[in-house]
Amino acid sequence: MIWNPNKECMSRDEMSALQGKRLHKMVEYVYHNVPFYRHKLQELDIRPDDIQSIEDIRKLPFTTKKDLRDNYPFGLQAAPQSQIIRVHASSGTTGNPTIVGYTRKDIGVWSECMARCLTAYGVTRDDLFSVSYGYGLFTGGLGAHYGVEHIGASVIPAGTGNTEKHLKLIRDLGITGIACTPSYALYLAETMDKLGIKKEDIRLRVGAFGAEPWTENMRQEIQERLGLKGYNLYGLSEVMGPSVSYECQMQHGSHICEDHFYPEIINPVTLESLPAGQTGELVFTTLTKEGMPVIRYRTRDLCSLLPGTCDCGRTSVRMGRIEGRSDDMLIIRGINVFPSQVESVVLSMPEFAPRYMLVVDRVNNLDTLQVQVEIRQEYFTGVFDTPAAVDQLEKKLASKLKSVLSIAAKVQLKAPNTIERSQGKSAHVIDKRKL
Amino acid sequence: MTIHQLSIFIENRSGTLIKVLDALKQAGIQIIASTIADTAEYGIYRLICSEPMRACEELKKAGVAVALSEVFALELDNEPGRAADAVKMFSEADISITYMYSFLLRGKGILIFRTDNNEHAQDVIRTKGLKSIGEDALSALA
Repeated sequence: MIWNPNKECMSRDEMSALQGKRLHKMVEYVYHNVPFYRHKLQELDIRPDDIQSIEDIRKLPFTTKKDLRDNYPFGLQAAPQSQIIRVHASSGTTGNPTIVGYTRKDIGVWSECMARCLTAYGVTRDDLFSVSYGYGLFTGGLGAHYGVEHIGASVIPAGTGNTEKHLKLIRDLGITGIACTPSYALYLAETMDKLGIKKEDIRLRVGAFGAEPWTENMRQEIQERLGLKGYNLYGLSEVMGPSVSYECQMQHGSHICEDHFYPEIINPVTLESLPAGQTGELVFTTLTKEGMPVIRYRTRDLCSLLPGTCDCGRTSVRMGRIEGRSDDMLIIRGINVFPSQVESVVLSMPEFAPRYMLVVDRVNNLDTLQVQVEIRQEYFTGVFDTPAAVDQLEKKLASKLKSVLSIAAKVQLKAPNTIERSQGKSAHVIDKRKL
Repeated sequence: MTIHQLSIFIENRSGTLIKVLDALKQAGIQIIASTIADTAEYGIYRLICSEPMRACEELKKAGVAVALSEVFALELDNEPGRAADAVKMFSEADISITYMYSFLLRGKGILIFRTDNNEHAQDVIRTKGLKSIGEDALSALA
């Protein structure tokens, strides 16, 4: 099912025309209402009338998380406070939180986009849907909540915590859909095991998972253990919240609500736009937002865009899985290296456990990169009784790394379970360079 | 007839070897012979022991990267030149020996080696009257 075929299945020409029109309006709006943007545009000698088509977006300057923090709390707000009906705040682990105000129209657009997501997942007004994201300053809970109400399904605002009671409701009420983080979904499955609740005892069939990175393996595990189909739900509070993009029944890339959020992929170093299909940093421009619009906001998320009509019938551009964060980037011998690139290579070779460590050092003024990987016990067979055989395995990995990274990496094999398991992003890198 | 050798991946770090040896000790496995092929970063610890299958399982449980490899064990008279005689027979048959180590057991020389062609090596052992020794016999001697 498609919630809004007019927008979700629009022809490319119509979509580009709509985006161009909305971009022009948006630039005019922020130019007159946000001194920060006005100054930036004036510095570049750009007038709102210079922006007529969506291609003109490349003339505009980028906005970063730092800009949002520097203008804390309401510096980037475009609408007068009297028009703001809700304020969310993103976690401020390093400095000020980001404050995002929404007008009544913004909340309407958000509900509309969330309705598109839920409909793509197969949720209808007949469903009982549990929102198990945190309610509060975090956009997850209320964002999903309004979407469920908008399509007319019954929302169960479970929030987080009290998992046993939540499971009782899932079972007794026959709850059919859930929105939560993928890790919470796995925690639910564990709690079910603990309480002796089987997946046959519950009626969950749709999961909307987001707010943290997850893998295809996690999807398989959640689907298997909860007996549902799990879909990606992507969003960020700086742009709106959950609903910026969503997977459809094809589970092949997430459709972006591009009539409201215009995506670009850029090289995070040169800031050049990259062609479709290439991985780079995801950048969003809000096309209709009133409260706090953003122009070319750098998400720091690395992914690629998949253009073309999807088998589901939607024409909206899709984004691939988030492959990493551009702030993890290392510069080694002048080449940009992302830990996620190493990860993709390591994951592609079953001989190694899905764990790795990058050790960067500088020896005689030359950067060195060492990649530590664990040999997987099941793949350590009798043929590895000579160093020559083990070296061959190292060489295989080294040559794959070389082709992906464009620089040579020295592979160091480690025994099973010797590399620390961690979910943290920076935990994959040891940079010993003293500069 | 080949016997099982444990081939174990060992990092060049203190504590890695004792982890292996401790696991074997806990399992009551007796080591008959061992050698390490070392490189700058790691070693392949090759080990002949009692109950190699069980030893392998126990080491796996302990989280060690271990595998079973098939090697030959030849029993030779303990006098000068016997190893040369034996190896020459394989060399003349164009069989390469990948690695080899030896030890003395009850006054007999035991030569452990792996070849690039086990079937062919087996023929040489049979036709040349060499005495290869099996796992049970080796354990009994130890």
